[in-house]
Amino acid sequence: MTAFYGVELPTAFMLGTAQYPSPAILGAAFCESAASVATVSVRREAAGAQAGEGFWRLVRDLGVHVLPNTAGCYSPSEAITTAKMARELFETDWIKLEVIGHSDSLQPDPFGLVEAAASLCRDGFKVFPYTTEDLVLADRLLDAGCEVLMPWGAPIGTGLGLVNPYGLRSLRAQYPDVPMVIDAGLGLPSQAAQAMEMGFDALLLNTAVAKAGDPVAMAVAFAKAIEAGKLARNADPMAPCDMAAPSTPLIGKAFLQ
Amino acid sequence: MKISINGVAKDITSTNLAAVLHEAGYGDARVATAVNGHFVPVGQRASCPIEAGDQLEIVAPRQGG
Repeated sequence: MTAFYGVELPTAFMLGTAQYPSPAILGAAFCESAASVATVSVRREAAGAQAGEGFWRLVRDLGVHVLPNTAGCYSPSEAITTAKMARELFETDWIKLEVIGHSDSLQPDPFGLVEAAASLCRDGFKVFPYTTEDLVLADRLLDAGCEVLMPWGAPIGTGLGLVNPYGLRSLRAQYPDVPMVIDAGLGLPSQAAQAMEMGFDALLLNTAVAKAGDPVAMAVAFAKAIEAGKLARNADPMAPCDMAAPSTPLIGKAFLQ
Repeated sequence: MKISINGVAKDITSTNLAAVLHEAGYGDARVATAVNGHFVPVGQRASCPIEAGDQLEIVAPRQGG
């Protein structure tokens, strides 16, 4: 089992907590799918409101690891300050680092991402950087102190699946010992199985579950697909070939007129 | 003096962050704070001076992906 900063997770399923129809459905999705990590965020709190405390109790009661994010941050300084606030609120040094560089695609800003990652790693954070399949960027993030990479499957919230399988295969092959999580862009369980079959260690998704007609059923479907993909990877799949090869033996076939 | 709390102008009389939080009605809420873009840990709020024009961000746990 892959360890993320020394933590071996019981399942390879990381699940977001946003956009669910209700807190009860959120809780059921986690419970039924056995997702082992919950991603969370920090947002402005109004005076007198207790929304933060209520949500914190809900997350704590899930009994899973908490991974705060810096979603919506467009600069290293903004992401760093957000990470520090998240560390205090959620009592964890794990941080899903997002430094967005393009508002339409929500593509990471590679330069800002590396700058923020280096600063946070020096400050003791265990950084999970939301990145692309870019090999050079991966190298810089590892140099900055990241011990985990989280390449996107597709832009956040699109549900397009793995849009660059070649790039993801290359990244996986280039760094076989680095724990990697496919983060964002998945829409269907079959895409999750594909990612695990490619050798990724875990998946992080949110919208595909939360916006499904039945989020709990979809969470379970993803959990089964993740497990299936992992089993298949470990089972050493056959090599594909272009020529047909009969599976039924020819020897012993009756000669019939 | 006038400061900004989460983007909204406020008139306050307190001069340190801990007192401002109390005056603004946050009480013992589970919040994290930043002043002018810099994180201020909970243990440093009482010694963090607040001056006119300062911009406070007060955040709490929320859903995220």
